Amino acid sequence: MGETIFSKTKGLTNTPFHYCPGCTHGIIHRILAEVLEELAILQDTIGVAPVGCAGFIEKYINVDFQGGAHGRAPAVATGIKRALPDKVVFTYQGDGDMASIGTAEAIHAAARGEKFTTIFVNNGIYGMTGGQMAPTSLIGQKTSTSPYGRDSSQSGYPLDFPLLISQIPGAAYVASVSVDTPQNVIKAKKAIKKAFEIQMKGIGFTMVSVLSTCPTNWGMSPIQSIKWLQENMKNYYKLGELKTPEMLNQ
Amino acid sequence: MKKYLMKGNEAIAEAAIQAGCRFYFGYPITPSTEIIEYMARKMQQVGGTFLQAESEIAAIYMVFGASGSGKRVMTASSSTGISLKQEGLSFLAANELPAVIVNIMRTGPGLGGLGATQADYFQATKGGGHGDYRLIVLAPNSVQEMTDLIMDGFDLADIYRNPVMILADGILGQMMEPVIFKEPEKIEIDKSWATTGANGRKRNIITSYNLHNEAGEEKALYLEQKYKGIKEQEQRWEEYHMEDAEYVFVAYGTSARIVKGAVDQLRKEGNKVGLIRPITLWPFPEKAFIPLLNRIKGYMVVEMSAGQMVEDVKLNVNGAAPVAFYSRQGGITPQPEEIIEKFNNSYHKGGEQ
Repeated sequence: MGETIFSKTKGLTNTPFHYCPGCTHGIIHRILAEVLEELAILQDTIGVAPVGCAGFIEKYINVDFQGGAHGRAPAVATGIKRALPDKVVFTYQGDGDMASIGTAEAIHAAARGEKFTTIFVNNGIYGMTGGQMAPTSLIGQKTSTSPYGRDSSQSGYPLDFPLLISQIPGAAYVASVSVDTPQNVIKAKKAIKKAFEIQMKGIGFTMVSVLSTCPTNWGMSPIQSIKWLQENMKNYYKLGELKTPEMLNQ
Repeated sequence: MKKYLMKGNEAIAEAAIQAGCRFYFGYPITPSTEIIEYMARKMQQVGGTFLQAESEIAAIYMVFGASGSGKRVMTASSSTGISLKQEGLSFLAANELPAVIVNIMRTGPGLGGLGATQADYFQATKGGGHGDYRLIVLAPNSVQEMTDLIMDGFDLADIYRNPVMILADGILGQMMEPVIFKEPEKIEIDKSWATTGANGRKRNIITSYNLHNEAGEEKALYLEQKYKGIKEQEQRWEEYHMEDAEYVFVAYGTSARIVKGAVDQLRKEGNKVGLIRPITLWPFPEKAFIPLLNRIKGYMVVEMSAGQMVEDVKLNVNGAAPVAFYSRQGGITPQPEEIIEKFNNSYHKGGEQ
């Protein structure tokens, strides 16, 4: 018998993911689950599921879960965290869920400095409903509801939601990351870990935005999708630590 | 027990706190605003949590989160605000989360005005949100009854794991009456389903998302059975001069108070009239009507709406006798003499009904 050098994190259940081939939800789920295990908080964490592709996240991440309606996760998380201030609470939301229908709930949770963590997954499209334009779709991006490409004169401009949230005083930590390379996956995991640690210190609202792909609805192979993300999304969305607790005192 | 002179809205808030509610999430709206203001003052004094939400929608989902965490929680609003909460009410019912929601009605449709109205009966009792679900709906007609029903409402919510709505109007919310706070009943409630962290137990999951039709039907049948049980167990109503009544008024809340005056006057004039006052609007007190069907000559429903509860009365009278209807709307309350005139026209002059 050889030495065990790797095993699946206890933060994931044994239920197979339902995600499409090449979708990066799987990577993000895994690093989130690993962080919860490494911080030894699986038994103290309550997750809040979104509506969208990750609407079944409660099947995969091995913690207690609640799931409300489309975009309302930050309000549900507020209710949970206020009721159980000693527990760890997170929401996991897509760009349609958080940056469109749930904008008010997200902004005001950040404004109140609610002490939970949001994992925001931005793939620039509505995946679950089959590829419609999102507030985060890029100019020119073709979707089923922008069949001629997103036209700013019709549909405005893509919203850099983490950048917006980072301007809010109640937000203690906002990072924008990508999982397009192994190196960036490690960076993303570090950011998620930091967000949870800051939550546990009770400093304020924490959020990690993750650029993600949607090969099925983008109509590309997984490899093409990663390339498209690198050549297009990374040029528009500001990456890095957009807000840290140190900035709160400046 | 000590008697207090209190405004209806403040009595509601105080009764909730005495019933063990320590979480309040709300948004200001007239004519329910005294509730949120009282909670803002009092929750801090009792070590509870008060939070003014950014919207009615956020407030109901904060209620969702706190209820799912096992806490007694309340929100209050008025009609248009309650419309915004309908999505959340459907989600609370779907996930079997207990909560008390107060609607101090204002007039509609649209933004409406602040006068007394009962125009939200359909919304409250027929499922204002999507899907097949029920709220337990309690309709007080005095400040005293508001406090009693708030306390009962928290118990009913916990026992049946279902949202409970208190449906009242601006008159009941704003008027002052003497009130005694009863000692809340101590009931044993198991909340082992709450999401509190899966420490030494299986994970608790509170969601209503499901893409398998078979599982969907199973859930629907389960809820249907639960609602049948509530219907069987929880019908409440008050009877007023029903012992020898030949004609029966049906009215709830503020309307019922006015009708009592009309009943007294009609009795003085030799009419054998009585009143059935539904206290639970859902479940509707069907049992009140069963013994009446063979002896009552006529019914008359009085509402402050274009006629909403009257449909449930007709359903239960089921053609056994005529059902007359009188209403004032848009914030105007019906007057006893108008009710008497309508009654006489309907049943003593062979006139319209």
